[in-house]
Amino acid sequence: MIRLSIPLRQALARLSLPVLIAAAFGTMLLGKADALLAERARIALADALAPFYAAFAQPARAVRDGLEDLQQILVMREENARLREENERLRRWQAAALSLEAENAMLRRQLEFVPERAPAFYTARVVADGGGVYARAVLLSIPPEMQVRRGQIALDERGFAGRVTEVGSRSARVLLATDMNSRIPVTLEGSRVRAMLVGTNGARPRLQHWSEGTRPAEGERVVTSAEGVAFPAGLPVGVVRWTEGGVAEVELFARTERLDVVRLFDFGLGGILPPEAVARPEPRPRR
Amino acid sequence: MVGRKEPSPGLLRRLDDMARAAFPATGTVLLMVLAAGPSGVPALVPAVTLPCVIFWSIFRPGAMPPPAVFLLGLLQDLLTLAALGTGVVTLLVAHGVAVAWRRFLVRQSFMFVWLAFCAFAVGTAALGWVLTALMAWNPPGIAPALHQAGLTAGLYPAFAFVLSRIHGVMRRAEETT
Repeated sequence: MIRLSIPLRQALARLSLPVLIAAAFGTMLLGKADALLAERARIALADALAPFYAAFAQPARAVRDGLEDLQQILVMREENARLREENERLRRWQAAALSLEAENAMLRRQLEFVPERAPAFYTARVVADGGGVYARAVLLSIPPEMQVRRGQIALDERGFAGRVTEVGSRSARVLLATDMNSRIPVTLEGSRVRAMLVGTNGARPRLQHWSEGTRPAEGERVVTSAEGVAFPAGLPVGVVRWTEGGVAEVELFARTERLDVVRLFDFGLGGILPPEAVARPEPRPRR
Repeated sequence: MVGRKEPSPGLLRRLDDMARAAFPATGTVLLMVLAAGPSGVPALVPAVTLPCVIFWSIFRPGAMPPPAVFLLGLLQDLLTLAALGTGVVTLLVAHGVAVAWRRFLVRQSFMFVWLAFCAFAVGTAALGWVLTALMAWNPPGIAPALHQAGLTAGLYPAFAFVLSRIHGVMRRAEETT
């Protein structure tokens, strides 16, 4: 240590604060003049502290999890009561379903009802959106061994998505229900009213041409109709939504904006086939 | 000078003294680094730094010299995203005022020191706001500065409780040796 006389040391001690404040203003100017310097210093500090935070993260997470557990325990009583009530309700529904199932089986026995065979389906991956002449269409990648033909129906995991309009050797294009060119015959499930589902290129296709005197109810389920022999009856499509402008639209169950895998069903229906999208005429396969 | 020379202190005692002298600054650094972690509370780092700096400046100014305050301010600026230097200036000014008033403040009750500290918190936040406005050349929102001042003033009693215990332990250790 350097030995200094006491008055000098006192003077230095008294001077150190003003000098340091001046240095602080200098730091401010330096940080303003060279923003990169401050940034580099911050990154260096963060790099140096990263292992510390990493070591600290584990106990911190444990504490946070513990607190969350505590909160859950506090609301558990309430949750239990709710679940018990829900369980009761579901049990009632289960009883109703079981009795209906038994009744259905009995009626079928009496009517000699021939059940429909389960339709065959393939699953195909969506590889591209849009493209082609349609605004709302997706391209599927089809393995060569898969038999795909026009008019097959594409469903995603929730409901009706569209129809196959073009088939190549390794790909197929599906016209979605939201496209402007899409017309789907539908039935309102509750009132059995027939209507047409007309695409608008928007997220929700419109409902048109329903029978007079019956207004589609808000929230009513819409399913496909077998009229026109293009679709089987009863595929889930969506629910009715009235807009503020008084237009009946259908909120689709299928998430047509982000399809990644669709199921292609072959119901063996050859009613109205969609028109060729390409100008090149292609001979229709005879069936 | 007449008489025997004082015996040179042992290694352990010297280590003890060093630890005592270094604790205020290192403890503050540790708290700041912890506060800079992902706690979800903005302005926690300045709110943790100011109580420590003011407390040690008032009650143990020898352990919180201006260079240490300068380095703490620099660390605060680097840990937060404030303009470089604003934290240094505000902390140094607060430290200078606290040291100037310490003879008066040491003798007051806890309540009065807390009130004075609230004034420190408001003044520091205001000075930081002015400096940020000067650096960016347009005034930032006043709400974060108010939030910081409130948080700092509210955190002081907790810090003062723990730090005064530590301070008492240190003083007793110094008196016995």
